[in-house]
Amino acid sequence: MPQILVQELSKSYLVSEREAGAWGSLKGLIRRRRRVIEALKSISFSLERGELLGFIGPNGAGKSTTIKILSGILRPSSGRCEVRGLVPWRDRIEHVARIGVVFGQRTQLWWDLPVIEGFELLRDIYRVGEAEYRKSLDAMVTLMRLERLLDQPVRQLSLGQRMRCEIAAAMLHRPEILFLDEPTIGLDAVSKLAVREFVGTLNREAGVTVILTTHDMHDIEALAQRVIVIGNGVILADTSFERLRAEVLTERRLFIDFAGKAPALEIPGVQVRSREGNSLELAFDPRQVPAPELIGRITSEHDLLDFHLEQPRIEEVIAHFYNIHGATEA
Amino acid sequence: MIRLRPYLTVFRMRFALMLQYRAAAVAGFGTQCWWGLIKVMVFAAFFRSSTAHQPMNFAQAVTYVWLGQAFLALLPWLADPEIAQMVASGNVAYERLRPLDTYFFWYARAMAWMIARAVPRALMMFSFACVVVPVLGMGEWRLRLPATPESAALFLAAITVTVLLSSAIVMFVNLGCVVTLSERGVNSLIVPFILILSGNIVPLPFFPNWMQPLLFAQPFAGLVDIPYRIYFGGLTGWIALGGIAQMIAWTVVLGFVGHRALRAAMDRLQVQGG
Repeated sequence: MPQILVQELSKSYLVSEREAGAWGSLKGLIRRRRRVIEALKSISFSLERGELLGFIGPNGAGKSTTIKILSGILRPSSGRCEVRGLVPWRDRIEHVARIGVVFGQRTQLWWDLPVIEGFELLRDIYRVGEAEYRKSLDAMVTLMRLERLLDQPVRQLSLGQRMRCEIAAAMLHRPEILFLDEPTIGLDAVSKLAVREFVGTLNREAGVTVILTTHDMHDIEALAQRVIVIGNGVILADTSFERLRAEVLTERRLFIDFAGKAPALEIPGVQVRSREGNSLELAFDPRQVPAPELIGRITSEHDLLDFHLEQPRIEEVIAHFYNIHGATEA
Repeated sequence: MIRLRPYLTVFRMRFALMLQYRAAAVAGFGTQCWWGLIKVMVFAAFFRSSTAHQPMNFAQAVTYVWLGQAFLALLPWLADPEIAQMVASGNVAYERLRPLDTYFFWYARAMAWMIARAVPRALMMFSFACVVVPVLGMGEWRLRLPATPESAALFLAAITVTVLLSSAIVMFVNLGCVVTLSERGVNSLIVPFILILSGNIVPLPFFPNWMQPLLFAQPFAGLVDIPYRIYFGGLTGWIALGGIAQMIAWTVVLGFVGHRALRAAMDRLQVQGG
């Protein structure tokens, strides 16, 4: 049986609405209009021990809702969900003792306490034995380079330092599964790299199953063997990152500087994306028009100063993917 | 013991953190001295103007006032600020990630918060009302020591139960916060009940005779009236023990109901989202 099993999981919220203006508020006193929002519409997937899964999707797609259900904070409206054979919301206490959770937007550490005291508090909350705690702590301090942070109060840490401490804090009780909800949000490039490295190491060396949500495609590229793309509460793709890229990232961009004014190019299958003085940006699908052929054709007809070929950025690709599935936020 | 460890640690940590707020304690102490003196003066005027037989004498009333000032922080008239802040920021749901019973997790914190605020204030108030007031030549207005060693022992037992009872009531205020998503409503709703029914504004024995059994039986009496009357010897022997038993009973009942109610509120939070 897989470590995490999700079958036809749905979650809908009831939200109250009122019309704008004073009259709307008065009406709201008497009768509230309720609207059902379907955050998840029957999603299914499963995960084996030791996998590293990236969850991506636009804001409001249902990523966080999924994580919250898996971690036992939310109860789904229907469907089945088991983690290590436990139902997260029903067997909450037993379940949360064996998972680690980091929410990039919130801190689980105690703001006024030095990091080490927060760790000790967690040791006691999770009832970790002293010897075991020492071992976890030493491992985390080495892995995340925390030696110099341990005595500082949490509020004095930079975001990057804090995030390292947060991940360490979530791992002190040696959970088998780690949920990371946007762990790199707001971090600078160096801290992002560090966090990616730690998460990768935890997954590879300690065999921790990781579920990660992010908006940063480089996180996914660096870490996830497997990606689930979610939009409007449905799973749009469940595949490897390479496949996803190959599937969507077929387009190429050709940037050309002409010797004279840029000509009006009329080539079937090639689209002019922008034109500026002597320069053109072209978009084409190499399966229709192979790049050497296109370049050959242009160089034979025009004088070129320079050209280069690019793949679209991953962000763009994903945005495109969301668009074709109508998954962008309403 | 391993089962209790998380709650004890949370208690210890919160206690240590709260003790850091020394400035707040000193400021609070200043206000409480001032209010104490005013209340004592009101009683002085009252006893001078009336020759009728009163349920307690002037010295006892003054002691009642000073005890009220000393243990003001034991009154459960506010939601635990930590919980209120979590409610405001939407962090409550994340409390559910801890492998703990949320009720006892919060109860331990509320109790630590309360004791840490009460202890320094009580020590300062006792030295002010027992020592400073008589030194300033206002011996009539001083806080007396417990009536007898027996009263002192019973008072210690009673005030300990007061802390447990008051924490259970704070848990209800916390619960109100979680349900209404704001601490303001519940806080302002509970204050008049607490102040009047505990005896903080007017000692309960001064209410009409026919109300006495009711006042003695209601849960707020255990916050102020019962322990203070035990202190100055107004309640002794079996009656004092009965009062303490009443407080224990209310603590258990409120704890039980609060525990179930919090679980229901948390279940709803699970359904509706944080």
